Amino acid sequence: MLTLTCPYCGIACDETELSPGGEAHITRFGPGSSDQEFETYLFQRENPKGVHFERWRHAYGCGKWFHAARNTVTLEVYGTYSAQVFEPPQSVKDAISAKLPDWSWRGLA
Amino acid sequence: MSDRQSAMPGAHFDGHVRLRDAGLRGMITLRGDLDAGMIRKAAMDVTGQVFPKPRMANCTNDTGLCWMSPDELLVLVPHDEAATALAYLQAALAGEHHLAVDVSDARAVFTLEGEASALRETLAKLTPADMRDAALPIGQLRRTRLAQVPVAFWFQSESDAHLICFRSVADYVFGLLQNAARPGSEIGFF
Ligand SMILES: [Zn+2]
Repeated sequence: MLTLTCPYCGIACDETELSPGGEAHITRFGPGSSDQEFETYLFQRENPKGVHFERWRHAYGCGKWFHAARNTVTLEVYGTYSAQVFEPPQSVKDAISAKLPDWSWRGLA
Repeated sequence: MSDRQSAMPGAHFDGHVRLRDAGLRGMITLRGDLDAGMIRKAAMDVTGQVFPKPRMANCTNDTGLCWMSPDELLVLVPHDEAATALAYLQAALAGEHHLAVDVSDARAVFTLEGEASALRETLAKLTPADMRDAALPIGQLRRTRLAQVPVAFWFQSESDAHLICFRSVADYVFGLLQNAARPGSEIGFF
């Protein structure tokens, strides 16, 4: 069972109080983009075994979207953070590095 | 004008927790910048309550201010004063970006009374929320789900909890609570 703390209201939410929003930090490609870019935006996902970044919504609560960094194998949560950022804050990256010095995810490490 | 009724007028159940339909309650959803002085002042003036810190429900009798999200408050007033309170808020906040809506008749309110441990246990049977004192102290509001529907509840005192749900699911929620409070179903966890 996954427990994520919503960074907006501070409540430790059970997974069933949240709506999953899929992979985090995806750049949107819309009108005017190439077929390749559009395909990547729509379909290409990481599906990692290990560190992953996701979007979640506190649906049965304050209603806000937020980001979470967690491990898909151990279910360990490294941190949750604001939805209004393009990449995880340094504190979250440090929390991951403390456990897994060699982690990487897309362009991040 | 029609005779307005609460969702389940007079509904009551006495198990190891006493459940009651709380009757008609005035409720106004107020959204906006909760750090804005005008919004804070208007909310306090209309209820006479202290402005709530995040997650808190500052309530006495039929009036209260509940913190619902970083940009949403629930303003509680006596049911027959809801229209006046709404007009007051809209006048006081003219020019300030906000949304104020009377949602009184879209909701149902139930009260749960009894031993603190029994109250926490009854709710814990139905919600994933951590019901220990430390996780949900008196006066703190918890928005969560009860079985399959959204609710919000708080402890007004150790032996008195209030629960708000959508009116359309009032019967479902009362049934859930009634079953969880059924004599003989005590677990004694808390
Ligand atoms: Zn939240």
